[in-house]
Amino acid sequence: MAHAAILGVALSLGFEISLFVGVLFSALLVAALFLALTRRNQSADSALGVIAHSALAFGLVAVAMSAGPRVNVEAYLFGDILTVSRADLTLIWSVAAVVAAWLLWRWQALVTWVLSPDLAETSGYNTKLEELGLIMALALVVAVGIKAVGALLITALLIIPAASARPHVKTPEAMIALSLGFGALAAVAGLKGALWLDTPAGPSIVCAAAFAFAASMLVAKVRGR
Amino acid sequence: MSLIEARGLAKTFGGETVLHGVDLQVERGEIVTIVGPNGSGKSTLLRMLAGVLQPDKGQITHASGLKIGYVPQKLSLEASLPMTVRRFLNVPRRVSEADAVAALERVGILPLARRSLEGLSGGQMQRVLLARALIVKPDVLMLDEPTQGLDQQGQADFYRLIEELRAEMGCAVLMVSHELHVVMSASDRVICLNGHICCEGTPEIVRNAPEYRRLLGRGHRVRWRFTAMSMTMCTMKAVRRVTPTLMRMHTDVERLSGARGAGGPWRFACGGRAWAFCCLAADGLFWRCNGPCGYSGCRAVAWV
Repeated sequence: MAHAAILGVALSLGFEISLFVGVLFSALLVAALFLALTRRNQSADSALGVIAHSALAFGLVAVAMSAGPRVNVEAYLFGDILTVSRADLTLIWSVAAVVAAWLLWRWQALVTWVLSPDLAETSGYNTKLEELGLIMALALVVAVGIKAVGALLITALLIIPAASARPHVKTPEAMIALSLGFGALAAVAGLKGALWLDTPAGPSIVCAAAFAFAASMLVAKVRGR
Repeated sequence: MSLIEARGLAKTFGGETVLHGVDLQVERGEIVTIVGPNGSGKSTLLRMLAGVLQPDKGQITHASGLKIGYVPQKLSLEASLPMTVRRFLNVPRRVSEADAVAALERVGILPLARRSLEGLSGGQMQRVLLARALIVKPDVLMLDEPTQGLDQQGQADFYRLIEELRAEMGCAVLMVSHELHVVMSASDRVICLNGHICCEGTPEIVRNAPEYRRLLGRGHRVRWRFTAMSMTMCTMKAVRRVTPTLMRMHTDVERLSGARGAGGPWRFACGGRAWAFCCLAADGLFWRCNGPCGYSGCRAVAWV
């Protein structure tokens, strides 16, 4: 989905619509494609591999075709947090608020579904609807995050903080809290590091997250879990 | 009035009729066990009676206000999601602390309340699922192969717990089982199923019914029957792994079956890492493969 964001960038440039709308649209398109493929008994891994990287490739080609050499693709691949404007921040915060509200509302259903789709089904939840909701939420987050950390690295920020939190927690709620902490820590440390070492901001944040992950694994190992 | 009454149930999966013409009722406080070979529709029937699955034909009437505690055959849980036993009871709906403690206490796992689900043994997990079912204070408890993967001691303990619960709560128990020797002693009524109800009644009636004997085998010809039966009971994948072991065990089993009366269990080492055991019960030779070598999913149980 994150890779598809580049396709969204191309669409936005090509049709001269807002970046957010283009990215959101292509992310949802690709998510729908992914769902269709996995429903046909394709394994999720191979479906993901095919779709994500093809979407990235098509996106890169489309960007090159639509806008000529003036556009700096790198800015979208890796993002540039320093160009984020006040308007962008407003958008990011409002999307975050919407997603958080949705999470709160559907929390029990989502936990049940993630834990065991069978259990969710027998508890009377509509698993297809919950899945769709989760994908929409992810698409929204990716769409607003692309400007800050870029299409390639947003995946890292979706996964690494949660993985860092996993060995230290016993409930889903604690996992959310701790991964938020890890994410914030990575963002602050990454930006400080970028300023200090004069490195690109987006990748620095992901590097900080990776360091935090390594440290978390070490601690978990020492604690014998 | 019966707790559950079903008439003319039929279910088809992908063009294949799994169940047809099933009539049955469950009365208050009785223990009913459904037995039958793999693919005979046991789980399907239970799931339909529990309301998890809709029948294609026929109708199911529940007594008004009937509460069902359903324990699924197995629940594959996502390991990347952290979950304690206590928190799991709140999925999908929050339960009061008092109810949770009472349920955990009753099945004997209160000390595990704060443990993570991933570290639990098969028997402990089974009790967690049972505790979940008890929280609704059910009128009927439905268990789908509740002792799958437990050793003999674990099975015996589990069935004893079920009987105690029945006595205390007065709930009916409807379960699907493979462990025939246990079923025979612990049930008020046995239903022998193979696409339809072949025979039903008290354990004694079913045991002597010709349909039951034909279906699940009884008599004292051990030799090839033994292997063939095991093969139908196994999934194909397990068969490929188990067959060499069966061959190796064959002579030993034959020798054993010469003896009359009850005995065992005898343990056979097979392949070094796994073991099988076999015991001669009053109603036949019972054996199962078990162990950590990868065919623990094998339900190779034969009655000879």
